[in-house]
Parts: sequence; C-alpha cells; structure tokens
Amino acid sequence: MLRYALRRIAAMVPTLLVIVTASFAIIRLAPGGPFDQEQTLPPVVRANLERLYGLDAPMLEQYGRYLRALAHGDFGPSLRQRDFTVSELIATGLPVSATLGLCAIALAVLLGIPAGIAAALARHRSIDLGLSTLVAIGIALPAFVTGPLLALVFGLHLHWLPVAGWQVGSPRYLLLPAVTLALPVGAYLARLTRGGLLEVLRTPYVRSARARGLGAARVLWRHALPPALLPVVSYLGPATAFVVTGSLVVESVFGLPGTGRYLVQGAIDRDYPLVMGMIVVYGTLTLTLNLLADLAYGWLDPRARQEMVAYG
Amino acid sequence: MAEAAAPPAPGWWSNAGERLKADRTSLVALFGLAGLALFAFVAPALSPWEYDSLDWQHLAMFPGLTASHWFGTDRLGRDLFVRTLHGVRLSLALSLAAGAVSLLIGVAWGAVAGFCGGRTDALMMRFVDVLYSLPYLFVVIILTMLFERGSLVALLVALGAVGWLTTARVVRAEVLAVRGREFIEAARALGLTPAAIVLRHVLPNVLGAVVVYATLIVPQMILFESFLSFLGLGVQEPHASLGNLIYMGAQEMESAPWMLLMPATILVLLLLCLNVLGDGLRDAFDPRGR
Repeated sequence: MLRYALRRIAAMVPTLLVIVTASFAIIRLAPGGPFDQEQTLPPVVRANLERLYGLDAPMLEQYGRYLRALAHGDFGPSLRQRDFTVSELIATGLPVSATLGLCAIALAVLLGIPAGIAAALARHRSIDLGLSTLVAIGIALPAFVTGPLLALVFGLHLHWLPVAGWQVGSPRYLLLPAVTLALPVGAYLARLTRGGLLEVLRTPYVRSARARGLGAARVLWRHALPPALLPVVSYLGPATAFVVTGSLVVESVFGLPGTGRYLVQGAIDRDYPLVMGMIVVYGTLTLTLNLLADLAYGWLDPRARQEMVAYG
Repeated sequence: MAEAAAPPAPGWWSNAGERLKADRTSLVALFGLAGLALFAFVAPALSPWEYDSLDWQHLAMFPGLTASHWFGTDRLGRDLFVRTLHGVRLSLALSLAAGAVSLLIGVAWGAVAGFCGGRTDALMMRFVDVLYSLPYLFVVIILTMLFERGSLVALLVALGAVGWLTTARVVRAEVLAVRGREFIEAARALGLTPAAIVLRHVLPNVLGAVVVYATLIVPQMILFESFLSFLGLGVQEPHASLGNLIYMGAQEMESAPWMLLMPATILVLLLLCLNVLGDGLRDAFDPRGR
C-alpha cells in the first residue's frame, strides 16, 4: 500500500511536467501578448518591457528558465498586475477559494448522502420520486444560473443575505456561494448513493443478514452502507475538480476575491506567468486529491487494495 | 470481401425506437426540444427586431406586448426575445458541431487504443488520464487563448477537445471486449488489414455505446459553451449566447430582473429536455442499465 502510494506520488512529477510543458507551449503560441493594450506602446518601451521580463530570449531558453525557477517554487512576476508576484496573488486568493471549496464539499456530502439514503430506502414511493426530481434539476442547473437566482431571491428580495462581497470570518457572505457550488455536487452524490445502496440491498449477504434477524438499522449501517458508498468515495476526486471549476463562476457571480478571476483575467490579458502559476497550483491540487480519493478507495475496499499492493 | 458490416442485433434500432416510444417522459422532452429548436429558428423572423438593432424608445423595457418586445429589452434597447433565440440557435449549432467533433476524435482514439493494445494503449490512455485529471475548464481556457477572442473556431476546438475524453474511454472498453471474439479472429485469418477490421467489424459493434453517449454529450457542450460565454471567454457582444445574456442579466438583475430570468429559463428548459431525452435514449438502447 505504501509502495503503491509512493509510486503514484512519483508518477505525479512527470505528469505535472507534461502539463506544464504543454500549457507553456500553447500559451506562448497564442496570438497577442501581455503588452497589447488599447494604446499601443512605443516600440522602444515595448522592447524594454520584454527585455525586463525576459520575453525577448529564445523560447527554449525561456522555458528552461521557467522550469528552473519553478523548481525553486518561484512562479515569477505578474506581467499585468504590476508590483505583484504570481505567488503573492495566488496566496491572497487561495484562502478564500479554499474556504469556499471545502464548505461546498462538506455541504454537498451532508445533504447529498442522507438524501440518497432516504431515496433508496423509500424506493419508488413519493419521497423517492420527489428527491429524484430534485436531483435531476440540481444536476441540470448550472452554477451561473442558480447563483444569480439565489442572489436575486435571498439577497435582493428577502434581504436575508448579502448579494455579493466577502468579509473574512463572516459566514453570511459564504452561505449563498457555498450552496450554489454544493447543489450540483450534492445532487450527483445523492444519485450515486441511491444507486449504490439499491444495488447492495439486493445482494444475498444483505438478505442473509436480515435472515439472521439483524435489525434494519444494523443491516443498513454495518452491512449495506459501507460498500454502497464506494462509488461516492471514488467520485470525490472528480468532484473536487468540479468544485474548482465551478468556483470560477461562483466567485465571479458573488464577487469573491478568490483565485478564479486570475485564471480568466490572466488568459484574457495574456499574463503568461499568472496563467502558468494557476495551472501548476491547481494541477498539483487536483492530482493530489485524485490520489487521495484512490487511496481512500483502496483503504475501504480490500479487493482494490490487493490490486494496488500487487501492482505497487 | 462482399460481407456487409453486421448490425449488432436484428431489429436493434427498431427495438430501441419502440422502447423510446413507450417512454412518455422522453417523448415529452423530445417534442419540447423539437419545439424549442423550431421556435429558435423560425420565431425571430416574426419579430420586427434584429439581434443587434437598437430601439431608443424602449431602453430596459419590461416584457410585454407593446412595441412587440415580448421578452423586454436590455439597457441598449435590444430586443431580448430575438437575442435569446439567437443565443439558443448559436448554442445548439455550436454544441452539435462540437459534439460531432469530439465524438469523431473519441471514437478514433478509443478504437485505436483498444484495438492495438499493449504499449500504444497504455500511452494513449495515460494521455487521456492526464487531461481528465485537470479541471476541464483549465484546458478549455488555455485552448481558447490560441485564437482571437470570441472566434467561433476557438470555441469549437476548445469544446471538442474536452468532450472526447469520456467517449474515448467508453469506446476503448467496448473495443477491448469485442477484440477477442471469434469473428475478429476470422477476419484476421481472411487477411483483412487492421484498419479494415476496425472499420468494418469492430466499430459497428461498439455503436450502441457511442449512440448512448452521443446524446449526453450535447447538453454538456451547451453547458460548457454558456459557461465560457458567461466568463467572457466565449461568444462576444454584439452576438448573443445564452451564457453572455445570463451574465448581462446577472449584472442588471436589481433593476431589470427579466434580463436574467428570460435567458435562464430558456437555458434550463433546453438542458432539462436534453438530459431527460439522453437518459431516455440510454434506457432505450441499453435496457440492462435500468
């Protein structure tokens, strides 16, 4: 198991290198540059700027320089947000984005899994139908629709919560964005839980547990639920990637000072180091979380663990 | 070599058609979708306004029948009804094209990986895994940078580039299952080239999975497209897409809530119909999955 984990961690390095190389190549092939603004700069100023940031060197040399700096944890300066390094920008946004993401995932798990269990136990009765309809709507509604709608209803009409903005340590500002982000994930978790539990409840060992006279609660908690939740665990990896993506929109809808705007604005401004920095940080994050989800899966499922040990 | 590609099973398509006809929810979704599409293509012609014409007399007007602004107007006096349907048209066309592109790439990639096996397979699928592990929007945003802002080609490439991953996985798994069967061996023994075997004998057998997946890819593409346009990376003004209309609506929702509600309602209807229809088709083509 440990060997498997180490091997996977070691495999992350070449994967990241591929991601960095590919992104670097594509971003640099892109037309336009960071210094294209409404007013065209005099050629001399432009050349000086390019020399200052090392953009006049041959592409391969720039790539080598970037990798060397990256190995030292240096993402370089932002080309458009003057006086800030990429690390500083990401460091100011990351706490907000991380709080939002963690709250959304927690909320999704707390809402989705119980809803899925309730739907599976009430199979084909009105509770199940009602929940399944809600789930279908929750999955179909994108965050950029639910977000503004929630803000419209709870912020502008009912005045219960702020429409947008952020204050450190104030959960009032966090609630609507977190709910917006959690809804589709929670809905998907509910669907996975329902499906998994229904399948397990049909298996012979659950029947025999019932036949041995075990109470319904004990059958559910001890026998049926743990294997039923396996697909849920393996979805948590992709779910975090989904939350990262969704937070781009949610941060934009609710005006949160997270990292999302750096990626979008960086892409529009052609702020090369900023976009690269975001890709490295979030690429590492999603790869790590996927690995953790896989390890958790192996820890929960002895069959998968054996396979991991065998191939580790 | 006069043998025709054998259909997966006699009456397979018509069986699926029968099952779909019996599924009332899917039929409602199908008609809703057809109605919406037809409406989007025909109805703008009934309105006296163009998607970019400005009506200075009616700026930010509430929806109503006066001046035939049925969905109201935006802050520049542009007719929201025409703009919303313009957006639906653009979204549908883009997502169908992007869906087709990603299906083509996905099927080719998955078929080659699955049929060749071994090192080729490992390498090709590793590539898919890497792309899969990144948040797709990152890939899309990087790819849109390759083109001028707002170019439709950029959108098409970016959307197609993320859509094929799941198709490739599904097709590869199906091809792996078919690869070892006797009729493939027979085809090999008859001296067919690998390309001919894949095209004539393997692909027809994995078509079922592809059809099922194809129906789910279109709503996904609509979602991605609106997502990008919402963020300002997709369709640009003065062109309308459901995404940038919703973005404008969200900016103005305090004074002109209809600017948000109209395009949002249409988008939700569109996505719900497509999702329900996709689920229905999946059940119709693959009754085991129920």
